[in-house]
Amino acid sequence: MADEVPKTSEMVKIDHAPPSTGWMDTPVVIRKGIYSYPAKKPTLDYLSMPFGREWSPLDADWKLPPNWLDILLEGMRERIDRFRSFRLFMDICVRCGACADKCHYFIGTGDPKNMPVLRAELLRSVYRKEFTLAGKLMGKMVGARQMTAEVLKEWWYYFFQCSECRRCSVFCPYGIDTAEITIIGRELLNLLGLNIDWIAQPAANCFRTGNHLGIQPHAFKDMLDFFVDDTENITGVRVNPTYNRKGAEILFVTPSGDVFADPGTYTAMGYLILFHYLESLGFDVTWSTYASEGGNFGFFTSHEMMKRLNAKMYAEAKRLKVKWILGGECGHMWRVIHQYMDTMNGPADHLETPVSPITGTRFTNAATTKMVHITEFTADLIRNGKLKLDKSRNDNLNVTFHDSCNPARGMGLLDEPRYVIQNVCNTFHEMPESTIREQTFCCGSGSGLNAGENLELRFRGGMPRANAVKHVHEKHGVNMLACVCAIDRAVLPPLMDYWVPGVGVTGVHELVGNALILPGEKKRTTDLRGEDLPGVEEED
Amino acid sequence: MNVWASLILSLIAIGAVATVGAVAGAAVQFFDLSAAAWLFGVVIPYLAFVTFIAGFIYRVTTWARSPVPFGIPTVCGQAKSLPWIKQSRLESPFTKLEVVARMALEILCFRSLFRNTRMTFKGGRPLYGPNQWLWVIALAFHYTFLVIVIRHMRFFTEPIPGVLKLLEALDGFLQIGAPYVLISGFVMAGAATFLLLRRLAFANIRYISLPNDYFPLFLILTIAGTGILMRHVFKVDIVAVKAMMMGIVTFHPVAPMDIGMLFYIHLFCVCVLIAYFPWSKLMHMGGVFLSPTRNLPNNTRAVRHENPWNYPVKVHTYEEYEEEFREKMIEAGLPVEKEAAEEE
Ligand code: HEM
Ligand code: SF4
Ligand code: SF4
Repeated sequence: MADEVPKTSEMVKIDHAPPSTGWMDTPVVIRKGIYSYPAKKPTLDYLSMPFGREWSPLDADWKLPPNWLDILLEGMRERIDRFRSFRLFMDICVRCGACADKCHYFIGTGDPKNMPVLRAELLRSVYRKEFTLAGKLMGKMVGARQMTAEVLKEWWYYFFQCSECRRCSVFCPYGIDTAEITIIGRELLNLLGLNIDWIAQPAANCFRTGNHLGIQPHAFKDMLDFFVDDTENITGVRVNPTYNRKGAEILFVTPSGDVFADPGTYTAMGYLILFHYLESLGFDVTWSTYASEGGNFGFFTSHEMMKRLNAKMYAEAKRLKVKWILGGECGHMWRVIHQYMDTMNGPADHLETPVSPITGTRFTNAATTKMVHITEFTADLIRNGKLKLDKSRNDNLNVTFHDSCNPARGMGLLDEPRYVIQNVCNTFHEMPESTIREQTFCCGSGSGLNAGENLELRFRGGMPRANAVKHVHEKHGVNMLACVCAIDRAVLPPLMDYWVPGVGVTGVHELVGNALILPGEKKRTTDLRGEDLPGVEEED
Repeated sequence: MNVWASLILSLIAIGAVATVGAVAGAAVQFFDLSAAAWLFGVVIPYLAFVTFIAGFIYRVTTWARSPVPFGIPTVCGQAKSLPWIKQSRLESPFTKLEVVARMALEILCFRSLFRNTRMTFKGGRPLYGPNQWLWVIALAFHYTFLVIVIRHMRFFTEPIPGVLKLLEALDGFLQIGAPYVLISGFVMAGAATFLLLRRLAFANIRYISLPNDYFPLFLILTIAGTGILMRHVFKVDIVAVKAMMMGIVTFHPVAPMDIGMLFYIHLFCVCVLIAYFPWSKLMHMGGVFLSPTRNLPNNTRAVRHENPWNYPVKVHTYEEYEEEFREKMIEAGLPVEKEAAEEE
């Protein structure tokens, strides 16, 4: 697949100047490498989503239901009445263009319809025509246009070229969030069966098996058992996670990517090591196979689907009678937990305000949702001197930190992961200011765009992030990109290989697992990846 | 629509507006048509004002009545978390007071626009430089706009409040001949010209611009231009203007007088602007206060945000899950609710 992607030297030939034809008069051209494959009928059927069918984005005829326009307009009307965000963002944009060059997809593709303002105008133009008097009377004069099948194609193409990262929203003088418009746009597309496979399939898997990868309960346990063996080989200590255990104090939920795909698996080993270390200090945690997914591809489908998938967390916490929930490193999982979960599926009165059993710290910032981010939890442990750490075991790494969009702009989790990293690693360098924290650049593959067939889009969208990494790689010799997101751990390695070879990708708790000194452990000769620790070779 | 079409259309529109005003002025001036004077000096201002107030209230209440189902602030700084981690109180407000402070910064100082950067693409790599001049011009534009609106209050008040006189004194910097030269008018006209040139000069901004992005700028420039002309070049009878305006605000309209063509153009353009206001993008003035990404606290894990239309959804329960996988779970030694044997 990778060989279909243009060479870097071709890829950087980006023209940011718009074409000579106005955007309403420039027909959409759906290009291979940019779009993702459509959702399949059985998947949509399984999720009781309408209009599953065989269709191709490259065909002229998308086999839309005959009354598609009515469905769509009715869907719009409903959402205008339900979401102030949608109504307001449709109304108040002044087209000042402050957001235009903030989108990584615009920077990477030069396609003007990837400027957040134009992405929103694709939908706004129809809103004006159908729902405002001025639009009805004056049409194009006020930027209104008729909804047609061609416009629908444009929506589909460009709403699946937005990773809902919210960077544009940071810069907009009114906070207009194009992610919000994309979310609603995708909801509308889903009314017509127009999802993409890479979102619908994981959502269906998650619904059925509890996780996106469709790992069944026994296989989930097998995977973790495998890490238990690996951990023992490396540390000499056998950890013993428990599953679906009633009466545990804490339920741990992490994205299934950590259990299944490198390098996320090393992060999972980090969790196991940390939990084992804490066990003798009174930490009582269980994993669940039913709620074995923190991530939520429902979020990329519709608010309703998000709620359907997210419901498992509280349901499982209730069934297992735990006191609170600890969440692993994941991006959009945390946006859902932080900004949606309690509202959708709460109140979680069966849980208690989280208290760290080790330090006694009450996480009052999670008083109602009752779920704590693992970097908050670990930062508190370190701050209270509860962890014995050997930083030098990460001395082969020169680390920088990628703020994932959702923890950054969706919750403000900025300093906790940095604090943890700086306590487990000796060398750390920040990327330039305009590319981190609230201004962070997306990995280019968020919101379900991490498929294989759209690799060119991913590498283009990931270019601004990669470029900032390249800067610190060249300037400071950075060789490891740390992050707190499972999608990042899956998509940044190929992105780095493409733009900045020589930089690896790690979760924060992999670094913790390397540094944490377990009681009774043997002298470690390798890190969690099985690579020799610094200084080991010379000793031999 | 391309830039020429947009420009021509909005120029035609503004031309038509100005012509109507001019014809009205001419009618009063040369033909002594008091019907025209009543229409343009009394009836249309009333109608425009009513449209503005009713429209503004309608738009704002429509937004305000729409539910905010989720707490979705765009967080622009460190959240309130562990006590020893420094919260960015203005960029990630937790309390109502902090939200008010964030909103005040947005509305009074255009905080987000101040963040602006500019991407340049050189040698195959993007660079991000600071870019605050839109912020400077926007601030200059809005504040002078505000000053001018307030200054016009002297036509509607008797006696003129001291603050207005003070404002005027601050605003004027030189006295050339009789009236002070007031800076605000020139600054606003200059800033509006800049906004217009910016729209035309940058290819991408030009590309996203619609006729209704140019129209309000032309309208404001016409108003500012005629205003400046009336003050400094073709002086109008201020006493007559004041009498006319006082008549309007006290609901005892007096027969409008011949104040000149410029005045009627100015007045008619203002009427068009305020009548147009509620139905256009200028409503960002009201909307910015209601923006859910800015006016909500980032405390959604600590305080529950209610969704008024939250409805039950179809979920996949644990029981359904165990039903499907029970055999495999038992085999793998995972605890189950119901033993397989009980089933049979
Ligand atoms: C409170 C926060 C506000 C912000 C951040 C803001 C921001 C902006 C910006 C960035 C523009 C430039 C548009 C362009 O490039 O053409 C603009 C234009 C404008 N704003 Fe505001 N504005 C605010 C409030 C107001 C208020 C209170 C008024 C009241 C009259 C107002 C009236 C206008 C007008 C008349 C224009 C020019 C028309 C145009 O460019 O089309 N704004 N505003
Ligand atoms: S920054 Fe906001 S107001 Fe300006 S063009 Fe973008 S969305 Fe519209
Ligand atoms: S949310 Fe992110 S991806 Fe979407 S338009 Fe805004 S900047 Fe681009």
